[in-house]
Amino acid sequence: MRYLPLTPEDRVEMLGVIGVKSIDDLFVDVPASARRDKPVDLPHHVGELEVEREMAALAKRNRAAGEGPFFCGAGAYRHHVPATVDHIIQRSEFLTSYTPYQPEIAQGTLQVLFEFQTQVAALTGMEVANASLYDGSTGAAEAVMMAQRVTRRNKAVMSGGVHPHYVETIETLAHAAGVATQKMAPAIDAEDAVIAAIDADTACVVVQTPNVFGTVTDVTKIAEAAHAAGALLIVVTTEAVSYGLLKSPGEMGADIAVAEGQSIGNGLNFGGPYVGLFACKEKFVRQMPGRLCGETVDADGKRGFVLTLSTREQHIRRDKATSNICTNSGLCALAFSIHMSLLGETGLRKLAALNHQKARALRDALAAVPGFEILTPRFFNEFAVRVPGKAAELVETLASHGVLAGVPFSRLDAEAGLDDVLLVAATETTLDIDITFLTKLLTKVVGQ
Amino acid sequence: MSMNNVGRPTRPEAANDAPAGHETLTGGRGLLQDEALIFELDGWNKTGVDLPEAAAPSDDLAGLLRSEPIGLPGLSEPETVRHYVRLSQKNHAIDLALYPLGSCTMKHNPRLNEKMARLPGFSDIHPLQPTSTVQGALQLMDRLAHWLKTLTGMPAVALSPKAGAHGELCGLLAIRAAHEAAGNGHRKTVLAPTSAHGTNPATAAFVGYTVVEIAQTEDGRVDLADLESKLGDHVAAIMVTNPNTCGLFERDVVEIARLTHAAGAYFYCDGANFNAIVGRVRPGDLGVDAMHINLHKTFSTPHGGGGPGAGPVVLSEALAPFAPTPWLVHDGDGFDLVEHAGEEGAKTAFGRMSAFHGQMGMYVRAYAYMLSHGADGLKQAAEDAVLNANYIKARLKDVMSPAFPDGPCMHEALFDDSWLEGTGVTTLDFAKAMIDEGFHPMTMYFPLVVHGAMLIEPTETESRQELDRFIGALRALAGAAKAGDAERFKGAPFHAPLRRLDETQAARKPRLRWKPVAAAPLAAE
Repeated sequence: MRYLPLTPEDRVEMLGVIGVKSIDDLFVDVPASARRDKPVDLPHHVGELEVEREMAALAKRNRAAGEGPFFCGAGAYRHHVPATVDHIIQRSEFLTSYTPYQPEIAQGTLQVLFEFQTQVAALTGMEVANASLYDGSTGAAEAVMMAQRVTRRNKAVMSGGVHPHYVETIETLAHAAGVATQKMAPAIDAEDAVIAAIDADTACVVVQTPNVFGTVTDVTKIAEAAHAAGALLIVVTTEAVSYGLLKSPGEMGADIAVAEGQSIGNGLNFGGPYVGLFACKEKFVRQMPGRLCGETVDADGKRGFVLTLSTREQHIRRDKATSNICTNSGLCALAFSIHMSLLGETGLRKLAALNHQKARALRDALAAVPGFEILTPRFFNEFAVRVPGKAAELVETLASHGVLAGVPFSRLDAEAGLDDVLLVAATETTLDIDITFLTKLLTKVVGQ
Repeated sequence: MSMNNVGRPTRPEAANDAPAGHETLTGGRGLLQDEALIFELDGWNKTGVDLPEAAAPSDDLAGLLRSEPIGLPGLSEPETVRHYVRLSQKNHAIDLALYPLGSCTMKHNPRLNEKMARLPGFSDIHPLQPTSTVQGALQLMDRLAHWLKTLTGMPAVALSPKAGAHGELCGLLAIRAAHEAAGNGHRKTVLAPTSAHGTNPATAAFVGYTVVEIAQTEDGRVDLADLESKLGDHVAAIMVTNPNTCGLFERDVVEIARLTHAAGAYFYCDGANFNAIVGRVRPGDLGVDAMHINLHKTFSTPHGGGGPGAGPVVLSEALAPFAPTPWLVHDGDGFDLVEHAGEEGAKTAFGRMSAFHGQMGMYVRAYAYMLSHGADGLKQAAEDAVLNANYIKARLKDVMSPAFPDGPCMHEALFDDSWLEGTGVTTLDFAKAMIDEGFHPMTMYFPLVVHGAMLIEPTETESRQELDRFIGALRALAGAAKAGDAERFKGAPFHAPLRRLDETQAARKPRLRWKPVAAAPLAAE
């Protein structure tokens, strides 16, 4: 088997060195009842060629986003990732290294994390950021738990604009940890509705901008209301490119900013692996979940980086840890950081402006389709449209014509009674001819 | 050149034991140069991406736009490549040498898996496309699930957890939901051995459980009498790692499961060390109710400098109904997803672990790994992993002190620091000296039940030649420590990109980001 370097002769000699007769002698501690005489019922090993054939056959049964017109967003976005990014993340030293617990021989990974933390803090307008979490949704759940630790209160209020998957992820963890959750009804443009629900038991308020319907909101007023009641404001963002154009969470008074970083440097990958961005005010840093990288010096006084403040973490504090998280999303954070370094501020601002421009062109085109109504008043690169009939059926029909027209809101929340709402996104990868093709097809399909 | 160096990749590690007077004039050492932070390269107006001009944003967004600079530097493409390649050269990696971190399973990462994960049919699909357009992806998930269920002998699997600890969370939430459904919500205690990974107690506490430790016997296993005395109708679950973190198989595991079930509790198994038994032992045959599988360990998806991982959880009949959404369903028309707890087909699901469907990129890599190995190759891999660990233990036991000398170990060999007594050298010093010899240190000071623990896991992908080179280096170091050459250890590493780092200062004066206004430089204390 090509990945196994030991030869049959090696094995015999090594057993001799150990002083046993057969490999079975090394498994003597396994109870007799659990020993297996025959191999499990799975195929025999195969060469690279056969693996490639099988995988290609499976891959072919999926319609890749790049194959044609594509308008899906709702928390995962198709952007162009420069070739440099994927080349660098496949370098042996980044790809096949472990968590940097031995800093003297992990300065590559550690300096990247320090740069990443600085980039994320700048983008979110916050004071400090961690070395990443699994993704945006788990980051949001961790933020709610962090707010419980900071405020010692047990209620989280969530706006109706928070991505339903994020809401479910938060509720799952909160329920187990004894945090009550109160969620406002889904609403296109009503982040402010959370203000009425804030009371003396509220640990945190969770809002999203741009929200799941694409609506951009200045949440400064919500921050003021939360702070007046002694609660924290958590601002969620699922499209990190929007930071290039819009006011940052920090500018609006957020205490914790959480985002999905997939848009920068990372592909769609059917939903994972992604990268959770997590930033907060410095005074809360010791309640933060996840890894942190910090600057220090070595024995010769040279600058270097280490994982730090790890007394918050499970491997030191065990059942008193701030979170059970052990890993981060290292390689995805690296991809994010490389793409961000390539873009720079000028590139990111341009990219964001381009996304917004494409989305406006899409809005103008869809507004002209008979029976279509644009619902989102202010958006970045994604918005909601009311369509005639069920959005899910429309999407299915268009898929059969080779167009992925967007995400029906019912796919995210079937109970909301918004079956006629379709979420559509445009990015720099959207072509004008894609928009033209979509609107022509829609006009035809709706007219039937 | 000694035979041991043939065919090894070269390292830009210039020796710094050059004769006096040959310090470099610029402070670097040949290929090993300091690399500035991206914020120090004066790239405030640069970009390495060519984009068309864009129109100004619409009036809709008036008052919502950034007014201040973000503070992000940019770099041209050549500068970017150089920056990251220089940084990469400061990292140790599996591709350079043995990486014997116990409990981490640092095995070779086949590049075929990387190639497969990058097929556009896997990498360029959206999680919320109509399921009719991603049948191949759903089928891959279904096949991966089939392999995991077959290898573990378990009837169900929740694929979505994003890491081992996330899998633990999933398993305990399923256990919690099962107890609540049965009217046993009062069971709020979790038992775990002192040798457990820190994630076990952390996870239990995270879901509102109290953790009680189980004692360990002289021979490094769960103390059955102590377990029995602590079980009762307040116990929700036990969390036991098997093979355990001492690198030993829990001989009494069947009895542990029986006692646990008799007390009305569930048996959660931490599957971090599944690599030692895959293809040879099925956890389902041992009485396990839930176990996470680290795809980044046993199935070789790259560790990536700290993630992303993936931690699917196999579940017993009793726990399967409570698994989180999404669920994969299959009918005559193909595959579909049930995506919300409480809806038809997932009435009893405890909730959702994260947005979307989990770590697809990792599923692809793990499945490619499984196909490559087959049932026979996986079993051989487990056997070679155990053989390699026992070989290391056998060849070092006369110069170092195995924590549990009697009987075989599984995939990792555990030593304590009693053999260093009187040398003035600590486990940490010894580890740092290993760096100078070109190896990543083993896991140190874990598990907590062994003083100055050194946990060595070679994995099956190391050749006998590399094992011998490693053993030779450790024997030489052990000899030096015992010969009173403490200086070699106290100051180590001498040959790494940096000397020993001051972790105390990092924690006392946290500097977690670069700042434009230069703070006073830190000084060695």
